[in-house]
Amino acid sequence: MTLQGGAVLTDAAATTPAAPRRTFRLGAGRWGLAAYSVIAFIFLLIPIVYTIVFSFNDYRRTNITWRAFTLENWTQLCNAQGVCSAFANSIFVGVVATVIATALGTMIAIALVRYRFRFRASTTLLLFLPMATPEVVLGAGLAAQFLAAGVAKGLGTIIIAHVMFCISFVVVTVRARVASLDPALEEAGRDLYGSPNQVFWRITFPLLLPGIMAAALLSFALSFDDFIITTFNSGPAVTFPKYIYTAAARGIPAEANVIASIVFFAAIIIVVAAQVSSAARRKRQLRQG
Amino acid sequence: MAFGAFATAEPVAAPTPRKKSRIALFLLLPGILYLLVFFLAPLLSLVFTSLQTPSAIGDIGAYDYAFQWQNYLTVMELYWPNIIRSFGYATAATIAALLISYPLAYFIGVNLRRFPLLQSLALTLVIAPFFISFLLRTLAWKQILSDEGWLVSSLQTFSLLPPDAQLTGTPFSVIFGLTYNFIPFMTLPIYTSLERLDLRFVEAGSDLYASPWTTFRTVTIPLSMPGILSGTLLTFIPAAGDYINASRDFLGSVDTAMIGNVIEANFLVLQNYPAAAALSLLLMAAILVLVSFYVRRSGTEDLL
Repeated sequence: MTLQGGAVLTDAAATTPAAPRRTFRLGAGRWGLAAYSVIAFIFLLIPIVYTIVFSFNDYRRTNITWRAFTLENWTQLCNAQGVCSAFANSIFVGVVATVIATALGTMIAIALVRYRFRFRASTTLLLFLPMATPEVVLGAGLAAQFLAAGVAKGLGTIIIAHVMFCISFVVVTVRARVASLDPALEEAGRDLYGSPNQVFWRITFPLLLPGIMAAALLSFALSFDDFIITTFNSGPAVTFPKYIYTAAARGIPAEANVIASIVFFAAIIIVVAAQVSSAARRKRQLRQG
Repeated sequence: MAFGAFATAEPVAAPTPRKKSRIALFLLLPGILYLLVFFLAPLLSLVFTSLQTPSAIGDIGAYDYAFQWQNYLTVMELYWPNIIRSFGYATAATIAALLISYPLAYFIGVNLRRFPLLQSLALTLVIAPFFISFLLRTLAWKQILSDEGWLVSSLQTFSLLPPDAQLTGTPFSVIFGLTYNFIPFMTLPIYTSLERLDLRFVEAGSDLYASPWTTFRTVTIPLSMPGILSGTLLTFIPAAGDYINASRDFLGSVDTAMIGNVIEANFLVLQNYPAAAALSLLLMAAILVLVSFYVRRSGTEDLL
């Protein structure tokens, strides 16, 4: 069983084998399956639609029942106390953790594919384990460590925690890309007297970039939405999910729905753009080859 | 593991690895050291913490190192219902997610094969829940399933639900939430294995006069087994450790507390670190046993 990440996001169609000529027929069952899938999609989208709709609610104290349509939550986003600073903290943590985790994970991914070394199996196991460990255990473990070491919790400890659980996902995502890289391209670079540095930055890195970008996006998304590990290691610092968790008891302001909706639309735009660009790349490759 | 755009894939053919251990070391060292310090060492730290005993000074949250193995028995005695509940809920959610996901993954991976654009759109729809806050989408379900909501009242009008019944705060709503939140983790890996399914095998089945059901059972299911295996693991592990769905402010009540809720309460509220650590390690151990069993079943040790 091979666990592979990220690739699904951007290169889904790239791995699709050529469609068979003979259409596969399932008779009436096919339409039943289509109808079933539409219902499943609607089911998956219900809470999303709910969250977006209630971002336009002219709520009073709690945003539970629909009162009236308003744009005020969108125009005066920071009216609800603490929402904006929690959002800013999440963005900050996400960006810093993503940069570190992507750099460390990419290096490991290259080493794993390109080099044979001792402890290879144990390295693989060490990378797999964080993904097979429940978040609550990861969170409690790190918190126990900080407690024993007397480290004060805050944004710094959240970043440390996020880098820790993102590395493995980056490795899995980038590894697939490294493995599909044609070594002949790098050899050509060396034959043309490129220094190892030049070969890496002019040939290897640009070719790996789509995989690295997918890994970075995944890592940012994981970091931005993480609540369990964060809450164990945040101390007084408030991130966006932590804000929602605390607010859940007394009532979520609609401004939180606005922020969630903004993040949702941004993510959808990025995914669609990635799919369009990878479709364009495939078309270009087909024309050339 | 929140986002997990995870999926199975065939083992990738590595271009002949070279032996240049100095460069390999330089590439590996920072990341591996990071995981040793911030992942492995904390797990060991958890072992030490789980064996601590309350400090003689008597301050809340002050503990001394000891070899108090008794802690494990104490937490098992106190929290065995939560432990059983966690695994029960997670199992139910995993089965429900599998039943919902398989047909969906089949539709996207097989029937939409000739329509790449629709296939991409369908995949985006499957991972869309990942793009909206986990906590907010769970709260959305809480409001939809709430007693005052139109769903409960219309179910009651049609006598599908007794007038005094409620959905939120029950095991049903917790399992419902877990299922909903982890469906993408199940659908994506199964999709990846079905997307690669060679339909000539299925056609061969019907050419040999097997009924569609027999073909499905003896050809399609075994060929998509890698996806099913990683999908169930990716759903079960986070579901067993989750405490948001079961929490009182979300879809649960006091009676639905899972092991995650207990660990959180002991660590962050009661400051009973040894109990929280012992429970975490019990959860981890149970999951490792399960994973290794699964890995053996799937016949490959190569997990990454």
